[in-house]
Amino acid sequence: MPERKQHTSGSAAVVIRAADTAWTLHFGDLWHHRELLYFFVWRDLKVRYKQTVVGVAWAVIQPLAIALSLTLFLGRAVHGATGSLPYAVFAYSGMVLWQLFSQGLTEASNSVVNNERLISKVYFPRLFVPVGAVLSSLLDLLFGLVVLAAFLGIFHIVPTAAIVAAPLYIGLTLLASLGAGLWLSALNVKYRDVRYTLNFVVQFWFLASPIAYPISVVPERWRLIYMLNPMAGAIEGFRWSLRSDQPFPFLAVSLGTLTALLLFATGLYYFRRTEDTFADFI
Amino acid sequence: MLISSEPRGEIAIRCADLGKRYRIGERARYHALRDTISTALTAPWRLLQRNAESIGNDAALWALRGFSLEVRHGEVLGIIGRNGSGKSTLLKLLSRITRPTEGVAEINGRLGTLLEVGAGFHPELTGRENIYLNGAILGMRRKEIDRKFDEIVAFSECERMLDTAMKHYSSGMYVRLAFAVAAHLETEILLVDEVLAVGDTVFQKKCLGKMNDVAHEGRTVLFVSHNMLAIDGLCSRAICLHDGKEILEGSPAFVTSTYLKNWLPQHNEVVYEDYATAPGHELIRLHRASARPLQAEDARIAVGTPALLEFSYWSSAEHSAIDLAIQVRNEHGIDVFASANSEDPAIGKGLLHSSIVIPADLLNSGTYSVSLFAQLGGSTYLAEWLDIITFEVFDEVSPAGGAYYENWPGVVRPRLSWQTRVIGPLPSHHI
Repeated sequence: MPERKQHTSGSAAVVIRAADTAWTLHFGDLWHHRELLYFFVWRDLKVRYKQTVVGVAWAVIQPLAIALSLTLFLGRAVHGATGSLPYAVFAYSGMVLWQLFSQGLTEASNSVVNNERLISKVYFPRLFVPVGAVLSSLLDLLFGLVVLAAFLGIFHIVPTAAIVAAPLYIGLTLLASLGAGLWLSALNVKYRDVRYTLNFVVQFWFLASPIAYPISVVPERWRLIYMLNPMAGAIEGFRWSLRSDQPFPFLAVSLGTLTALLLFATGLYYFRRTEDTFADFI
Repeated sequence: MLISSEPRGEIAIRCADLGKRYRIGERARYHALRDTISTALTAPWRLLQRNAESIGNDAALWALRGFSLEVRHGEVLGIIGRNGSGKSTLLKLLSRITRPTEGVAEINGRLGTLLEVGAGFHPELTGRENIYLNGAILGMRRKEIDRKFDEIVAFSECERMLDTAMKHYSSGMYVRLAFAVAAHLETEILLVDEVLAVGDTVFQKKCLGKMNDVAHEGRTVLFVSHNMLAIDGLCSRAICLHDGKEILEGSPAFVTSTYLKNWLPQHNEVVYEDYATAPGHELIRLHRASARPLQAEDARIAVGTPALLEFSYWSSAEHSAIDLAIQVRNEHGIDVFASANSEDPAIGKGLLHSSIVIPADLLNSGTYSVSLFAQLGGSTYLAEWLDIITFEVFDEVSPAGGAYYENWPGVVRPRLSWQTRVIGPLPSHHI
């Protein structure tokens, strides 16, 4: 009998059975394939910037154009309610986070179906597909932040120490985006209607987030329900970290964090529960 | 039940009573949310029942059932069987692409799969980038790919195009690069599904050679193929699946020859009476397919008699032509020829009929299977009916009791005209 190499580390027997007796994340498996997550993000970025002519500029033009048109059409109407932030900065700072959220959500929701060939032919942790899709939206955010910094400069706004909290609200946005993305990407495999309703979901969510207007214009009795939207807390908190002369939007941030965590936990649970059947339905 | 006589450490793969059930249509069609909602509204109890794990037997298909197997480390196991016999399902279960419905499998060692070459390639990325991407998808570490990179490139013969986007590659180069990456996976167990059916003959030989190396390195290989010659040549043991069950097991030569003799089913006609359940696509559904001798007086298809292939199908494509193509494969898994109806495409709505004559003195004796493919407007894939009919070409026995050619070599057996005449005398001193 020929000499056989010792099993590589950690390759204990893999047992395949009808269903997991308990719900587990299979963290060891994720860790083993960790480089793949990097390659998925790398692939998405390479492909995105190779195929577009405007490339990087595209990431900036879109939210900028919307923020400017909001300023043009709504700026006067909402003026005064935006605290000490000029409306243009107010709207653009909301758009930067919103773009991260909506792009992450859209890409993640379609990610599993778009990788159909891969999923029906090769095994790898499926979780990396939507996670990679959300993470690859971070590069666009980076460009968005550069433009935001320019905005602050133009309006002579000097951020206070609260700016160090800004990454937290970016994190909250990612969490919400991934939570909703996990749900929709898994549902999309079984129910292709998701692809068509996604547009509506994103538009509705946009209107239900304080991007063009501040939370203070929402009627008092609806405000608690409104703040369950994690993007309300993320955007208000992010604006607060830019210029902390307003009271900290404590309620919006804490309620939003709660729903984002809930969305993420249930999304992760549902995704892990259904991922073994993706190849059967896709 | 599985009784193991081998110590645990010797076993690479062990399956016990493995089964996979598909609901009919589950693989073919995704659900629409509104269907589920309307079903729930009209018959809520039915939905509840279904959730309570009582899927009706009428709509279930066992792709694999009661399957048990032990593969020792270093074994090269060939798996044969018709399309739909469960071979691919088995590999999908072992590679964890999908989960079994029942039973257990145990894998000891790192496992790599070669189920479809190039599944992870992205056409916009360069060859170099795709080597890394595809390697990572198959489970290779970046360091491992770095180490193997030159070897992969050399094997693929794509050095010159390495920094060109893969959308500019020819299909041959695409396949070569894909196989090269997959073949350099350093796993203890390798699952291989019909990869040798791709590429040109020279490259197929090279792939076969590579598989041979792999087989002799002491790695465990599960090798699915229609190519009986490859199974014979590469494997140390073989099994044959039929209807989701193992029906034969033993030496490759024994299994392949028994399979060819007894288990390649003969059905030279299939008829689907009911439009609603006929296989196909909403634009084209198959009604009938048959193979018979062209002349009614011939009792069977023989080497010297022309054969007639007929297909009738319901078409609801009103304005555009449906392109049909057939592919004829022999019992050794070799594609003998393919033919398309490009000169006379199927136009019109209704029940259509197409026929093809295979001329006499073309096919050698043997068993052939016919697959039918349908496309719309030359580009949109509609449906395929794999191995939809099989037919046998018998040896000639002339009524006069003339020549009888058993095991005449070759894929085809054309009747070529030989012309012989005397062109001069013998050298003079021999007269």
